[in-house]
This record gives sequence, C-alpha cells and structure tokens, in this order.
Amino acid sequence: MADTRIEPQEILLPVRAGFIALTLIAALMLNLLPWAGAWLWIKPDFVALVVLYWCIEQPRKVGFVSAWLMGLFMDIADGTLLGQHALAYSILAYAGIVLHRRVRMFSGTPQVVHVLLLLLMNDLIVLAIRLAAGADFPGIQYFLGSIVAAALWLPLGALLKLPLRPRNDPDQF
Amino acid sequence: MEYSPPPFFKTGPTPLARLLIFAALSLAFLVADVRFNYLEPLRHVAAVVAYPLQRIAAAPTSIARSIVDFFIIHGSLREDNARLRQQNFENGALLLQLKALRAENEQLRQLLAARERFKIELAAAEVLYAARDPFSRKVVIDRGSQQGTRPGQPVVDDRGLVGQVTRAYPWLAEVTLVTDKGQFIPVQNVRNGLRAVLSGTGSDGALELRFIPLNADFQDGDELVTSGIDGVYPPGLPVARVTNVERSIDQIFARITCAPLGGVANHSHVLVVSGARELPPRPVEKKKPLRGKRARKS
Repeated sequence: MADTRIEPQEILLPVRAGFIALTLIAALMLNLLPWAGAWLWIKPDFVALVVLYWCIEQPRKVGFVSAWLMGLFMDIADGTLLGQHALAYSILAYAGIVLHRRVRMFSGTPQVVHVLLLLLMNDLIVLAIRLAAGADFPGIQYFLGSIVAAALWLPLGALLKLPLRPRNDPDQF
Repeated sequence: MEYSPPPFFKTGPTPLARLLIFAALSLAFLVADVRFNYLEPLRHVAAVVAYPLQRIAAAPTSIARSIVDFFIIHGSLREDNARLRQQNFENGALLLQLKALRAENEQLRQLLAARERFKIELAAAEVLYAARDPFSRKVVIDRGSQQGTRPGQPVVDDRGLVGQVTRAYPWLAEVTLVTDKGQFIPVQNVRNGLRAVLSGTGSDGALELRFIPLNADFQDGDELVTSGIDGVYPPGLPVARVTNVERSIDQIFARITCAPLGGVANHSHVLVVSGARELPPRPVEKKKPLRGKRARKS
C-alpha cells in the first residue's frame, strides 16, 4: 500500500544555474539589509535557508562549493571569524545532500521539522566555534532566527517553484 | 578515451569526502584568522568585491530616511529651528568662554614649558548598519582607509565615546562599540581623578569596572572620561556614568556597572577622531651584566 504522505510530484521546468545564482544573491542581499535591535534576533539566516533549499531540491547543481563560498562571503560582510559560516554552511550542505530524499518524502509540517533541526544544527556549529574562540553565549534568543527561518520554509518553496511552472498547460492542444 | 562509457553515474568524490575537504579548509581559515591574523589581505580584497552589494542593501533605509525627511511637516520644522537657534546661541556663549580658556591654557603651558595638548580632528561618518553578529557589538561606517580612517581611531558622537575603528576597508570601516566584550578603555573619574580600566560586557548598555578594590571611591552617578594615558584615546572624552556600585564583604573587588554616555544603540551619525598624541618611545631597559658591576667595584 502506498504511503499516503507522498503527494504526487509536480513536473517542473529544469532549473537553470543562473536562477539558482540569482536566488542566492537575493538571499545575500536580504541578509545584508541593515537589521538592528530586536529585528536582529528574529532575522532568519536567508542564505542558510536558500542553500539548504537548493541542496535538498537540486543536490546535483548546488553543493559544497557554493555553500562554502556563500559562507565565506557572509563572514567577510559581517566581520566575523573567517570560516565560521563557511564551515557551518558546508556541514549544512552535507546534511541537505545526504538527507535530500528523506526530506523530500515528507511535506508540510514534518518537512518543516526536519528543516528546523538542520538549521538549529547550523546555529550550534557557529555557536561552538565562537565559544571556542572566547565569546559568551548570547542567550536563548540566539536560536529564534532559525525558528523564523523554518517557518519561512514552505512559503520559500512555493515562491522558488513559481518561475519553474510550465508556462502553458501541456494537456491543452 | 573515446570508448570509455559515458559518465552517467560518476559523481566525483562522495559527499563525506567533499565535506571533509571543505571542513578542513574552513578550519584552516579559522585557525589562520584567529591565531595568526594571516587573512587580513584576503578580507580586504573580498570587502572591495562585497562593497557594491553592501551599499545596495543599505540603500532602502537611506531612501526611507530621505522620504521621511521630505514629508516633515512645517510645524515640526519650525519647532526644530527655534530649538536649534536657542542651542546655537547657548553654545556660542560657551564657545567664547572656551576660546578665552584655551588661550589662557596655552599661555600657562608655555610658562610651565609643558607639552602642548594635541588638537583632535573630527570627521563625520554615517553608520551604514550594525554588524549582524550576535557575539560582538560592531557597526559599519561609510568612511574607509581611502578617506583616512585607520584602525585604532576612536569614534565619538555628540554625547561621548562610541567605540574604536578595528578594521578599515577601502570605503568602509568596522567600529567595535565600547560595549563589546573585548573592548577596554582607560578612564578617569571626573570627580576625584581616580584611574581605572573600563571594559565592555557584551550586552547593550552595560559596561563594567573590573578589579577595583572595595574601598575605592566610586559612587553612583560618577562620570568617567578617557584618561589618555594609552595614547589611543585623547584625554577628556566622556565615556560612561556609574550606575551601580555593589560592595560585598565576601568578594575581593567591588562590582561597578556603568552605562555608556555615547549613543551606542542608536545608529545615525558618528565622528571619527584623528590626530592622536605622539607618545615618546617606550624606554628600553638596559640589562647590565652582573660581572661588569662586580668588576667596577673591585
């Protein structure tokens, strides 16, 4: 008997590398917006979210190189330790690539839970690096961003699938 | 080669192998950055590449600010104008006194043959954004090394010290705020001239005087200014006000918390201070060999 959780998959247009690059740059710009004060705490890490999305959806096209470079770029833009985001995003990409079949089997809330755990792991890696480098734990609100990011997972998926829908209905002749 | 099968299933190294490569690379970068500071040139090159993106990302707020400025109503403009006129009038009176005092001070210093107080120069800069790093307190300003900003320069606003330039990129500079955990400022109590070192705590709006003996004369409301003995901060910049002094007998040191006077949390415009005092070089201690001494004695 077929698992009822598996939904029929949509047939989408092939993703072009340019589109992926565009979404990654857009995520970077969202991260670079001048967030301040309390917004800084609830700010989701858009780059981590988009990297994870593409690693799960297109593990052949997006992988370690792009994740690592995005991480390095984030480190330079934020003035943090060079390599902390790069390491965290590499591990995130690994988890996304290894688990992509499993995550894609689920839909809705169970998928969001998977994503939340992966993003929290990403946070924990950054936290571990900074604690090792001598920083203080900034407080439990540090993890808020990932919860917000996980909540954005489904809207993000719908948004990124929009340009990939076939233009005209293939059933119509 | 022509007869080799098409690479249908060749996907290169396994994900784990790739992960190990990139993790090792990241760790190497981390160690090189934290322990040896080898990667500053790389940072500078990448910062130039990132600069346009950062400016574009900062554009929405500046556009929003100018839109708000455009729609300022007549009434508030008049109110502001009157207030600023009044303030200008008062400041003008103070400035007259200051000029007289400065002339007098110079004369007295000449009489005493003392070193001249150095003049500080201020350059206005706009805060582009707060660094999105929950572990540190930094802001990024729009004056870089091309405009003469150098690492180590103090940054002030109209009320007091805000921070210190820690990295200068070509068109941007990173300012570590006084509240950052690793930031230390030599200060002096205005009331009694007592010197101490003020350190950031890593949380907004809280500074700390550490290792102050229990009987030291610090009280609530004392104003702390930079003492200038470090040669980095010019003397007399207001830094903080003591908000709480806690003395308990079971501890060796007093717990003294302070609040920064400069607008550390509100980010609009700041001034970069240049022209630090040229300190005389550190005296070299000469180690005289014992044998020489003995030889002279005998």
